[in-house]
Amino acid sequence: MSLVSEGVEVRGPLVAGVGEPSLATVGDYIALMKPRVMSLVVFTALVGLAVAPGSLHPVAAFTALLCIAVGAGAAGALNMWYDADVDALMTRTARRPVPMGRVRPGEALAFGLTLGSFAIVVLGLLVNWVAAALLAFTIFFYVVIYTIWLKRSTPQNIVIGGAAGAFPPMIGWAAVTGSLSLEPVLLFLIIFFWTPPHFWALALYRTEDYARARIPMLPVVSGDASTRRQIILYTLVLVPLGVAPWAFGYTGALYGVTALVTGAIMVMLGWQVFRESRPAERASRNLFAFSILYLFLLFAVLLVERGWGGLIARLAA
Amino acid sequence: MSENSDDDGIVLTEAQKRARRSRSIAIALALAALVVLFYAMTLVKGPGVLIRPI
Repeated sequence: MSLVSEGVEVRGPLVAGVGEPSLATVGDYIALMKPRVMSLVVFTALVGLAVAPGSLHPVAAFTALLCIAVGAGAAGALNMWYDADVDALMTRTARRPVPMGRVRPGEALAFGLTLGSFAIVVLGLLVNWVAAALLAFTIFFYVVIYTIWLKRSTPQNIVIGGAAGAFPPMIGWAAVTGSLSLEPVLLFLIIFFWTPPHFWALALYRTEDYARARIPMLPVVSGDASTRRQIILYTLVLVPLGVAPWAFGYTGALYGVTALVTGAIMVMLGWQVFRESRPAERASRNLFAFSILYLFLLFAVLLVERGWGGLIARLAA
Repeated sequence: MSENSDDDGIVLTEAQKRARRSRSIAIALALAALVVLFYAMTLVKGPGVLIRPI
């Protein structure tokens, strides 16, 4: 990370002496773990874990979810360590603990490395090493491939980097089975293709923020119209993928109907974004908000339809 | 005992003391949780927990 070389003005506490006692509170460290992102990670991992065939003791299942949550928190902390300079320049992220000077970059780095190491080793020792290896790869992908490499170098940053957020259901599945198959890959693909329309919708009405931080998000590099075209294209790929678990016979009618109805709304909102032009941004905000509900509904119905019975049976066993 | 208060090293402010105490308690709780987790998982895995293929 370079706080100086990129010409970013940093505030006092960020460059405070190494020996100065820290004022960081527990709340600051929790904020470093990006709790909102973590909740989505835990939820999708829970679905992967619940729909997987086979059995896993409830304590082991809890351990797996805890390790996945802590691993996600570690990745968040390492992201905030590396991105402190650009976070300080963006309205959405300027109040994070490192740019605010409440946590020093070195503390965030040590915290992230410690948490990540613990999460991987504990998952490997107590559950299985396939899941642990996947968790390690996910943290590596998010921190090194996305944060350090892609985020500042290509407008395809969130397309490829989105894979990091798509791995948790596969980790949950691997925690139960010790292997992978087509079904968790489908769950991976749904999140993978959901990420670009979701983040580009946000980027459309935060373009100035990203431009100020010199992050090459698609609207900054390719412009507004190109981004809106990409959003509708990715949405048109996403919606059939959302229906695929039902089409392949992995789920029942409830999931099929949910995926079709919410998918149709996604296409409609994506189309509105495509037709909208600046300075209007209402359609982008609508798509961003609904895309969160879309992913949540797909996975929640999957959990209820496929996983809930399995979870109850495991708890009763 | 030192004659000069500068030799006493870093003197924490009340805010720094509070922050350090809250961090110490959080670390202690996390370690205790880890102990409980390993104990519970040892019970779950049974007596064969240490028998692993080489």
